[in-house]
Amino acid sequence: MELREKAKQLLESGEVKAVIGYEPGTQGARRPAFASSAARTGRLGFEGEQNLASYVTRKEVKRLGRVAVAARPPVLRALLQLMAERQIKEQEVLPLVLDADGQVQELATAQAMEEHLALSPQQIPARDRELMDRLGGMTRQERWDFWQGELSRCIKCYACRNSCPMCYCEHCTMDCNRPQWVPVPSHALGNLEYHMVRAMHLAGRCVECGDCGRACPVGIPIHLLTFNAEESVHAQFGQRAGASSKLDYALSTFRPDDKETFIR
Amino acid sequence: MADMYQLASASLDPLFAAITASGRRILAPTDQDGRTELNPVTRFGQVAKDYVQTTLSAKEAVFPKVEQLLSYTLLPGKVDLVDAEPAAVPTVVFGIRPCEASGFQALDAVFNWDYRDKFFNARMEQLTVIGMGCTRRDDACFCTSVGGGPGSTRGSDILLTPTASGYLAEVQSDKGRAIVALAAKLFTPAAAADKSMLVALPAAFDQPALSAKLPAMFDSPLWAEQSLRCVGCGACAFVCPTCVCFDIQEEADTRQGRRLRTWDSCGYHMFTLHASGHNPRETQGARWRQRIYHKFSTYPERYGQLGCVGCGKCTRACPVDMNLQEHLVEASQA
Repeated sequence: MELREKAKQLLESGEVKAVIGYEPGTQGARRPAFASSAARTGRLGFEGEQNLASYVTRKEVKRLGRVAVAARPPVLRALLQLMAERQIKEQEVLPLVLDADGQVQELATAQAMEEHLALSPQQIPARDRELMDRLGGMTRQERWDFWQGELSRCIKCYACRNSCPMCYCEHCTMDCNRPQWVPVPSHALGNLEYHMVRAMHLAGRCVECGDCGRACPVGIPIHLLTFNAEESVHAQFGQRAGASSKLDYALSTFRPDDKETFIR
Repeated sequence: MADMYQLASASLDPLFAAITASGRRILAPTDQDGRTELNPVTRFGQVAKDYVQTTLSAKEAVFPKVEQLLSYTLLPGKVDLVDAEPAAVPTVVFGIRPCEASGFQALDAVFNWDYRDKFFNARMEQLTVIGMGCTRRDDACFCTSVGGGPGSTRGSDILLTPTASGYLAEVQSDKGRAIVALAAKLFTPAAAADKSMLVALPAAFDQPALSAKLPAMFDSPLWAEQSLRCVGCGACAFVCPTCVCFDIQEEADTRQGRRLRTWDSCGYHMFTLHASGHNPRETQGARWRQRIYHKFSTYPERYGQLGCVGCGKCTRACPVDMNLQEHLVEASQA
């Protein structure tokens, strides 16, 4: 059964109020698409880029009711992480995936999602890995210069933050103006502070979909900052964001058996 | 009536040399690792060879993303206030498309509406636009639906149109004539306008009809539907050659401070958030509607021109492909 048939069925039976998938867009692009009636499912497919989990926490989408989501692995990881952070409940979102036989499968529980994810190991794309290795091999000064150069192009449009499934804060620190913690203008300091705060806030929470970097209109590989923070949390604490719906946040969890002695 | 000249392909190098020698800075599309950006150049060889558009618009040349308006120091019993002066340098923007060139008029409408903005005007006075007609287009382009065209001279001091042997140069203004005077022997008078190489682009919707019906469509569910996939970032507004909204920011400590103007976007929920917590544009649908209405209803009503030039930069920059032309066609048919 194809996604469009499944979507039609789910909408007709009233099991979900909308199905979020992808459809053909401009110049060969595959863009997110919302189908809220059976008549609108005709163009839906699984292939596309934006992480659809970024929609399920939005007020406009929550108001629709239960939604089904075409869920590639990064979408599944983001949905699990959102559950771990208690932003969505199992029954609010119905992930749809393709099984090994090319059939659309409903993953109605977190456990089913975790099991499905275990089939496809999480991997940073080769091109990103290459650049991360190159950055890792640089001196601090060289790395600083690299990021200064990249961030000089930033226009602070927040496409990275707004495309990120884990940037769901209704009131982002960047938007906080009483007091104003981070400079709003897109000058050197404003850009640097924004991206440093965001990278730190995603350490241990980034599901490595890379959508922030993809979303950037001026081509800054900004996802490498959150990838790096995430990899470092993985190395230090042995856990990955998006692996389970029951994950304690590494940077705010105390364990009596912590390997560090200073914390006890 | 414009003065028409022929300009040989080989003449662009000496023309760039003459412009640079006159003390003018040249900004032109360049290819930076596959990104088409407007950058300072001195030679024609540095200009990107094959591009439809730059990602960001040339509005940066007159309306930068951050600009200091004033600074102050608190002294015992008084405030020492210093007005900033715009750093306006003589600039030639070369090779931008006719759509974008006409965008300066939409900026002008706001910056000189009920107040003459010192910063914008100082830069505009120093700016000469040498536009380049389009021999290519992509799926985001829709200039012909909003009164423009691949060979439109609106907004260009000189419009170059590629021909088989070089360029047709249509000189529109004194600023354009000043450029011709820098290297008059490169310009040969042309008898006829050869525009055969311009790309064809049929109009996709009836803009006057759309603008006329918008006021009655305010409560249509269409805007909420269209905006469901919008992530509410400011990429569209920031790359737009006509989006003019700005924010004023104060960066200060207890002894000194400075006031800055930065780009802002009506797509942000903060844009209309009141201090009380009430937000008159609470949903992304309301904010998306505002974007369309401001460009296609408010602008014509208030300034007698559109707030959109059909360049398609917003469509190309959007992380979720909010194709503006498609949405306007849909609204036209609704």
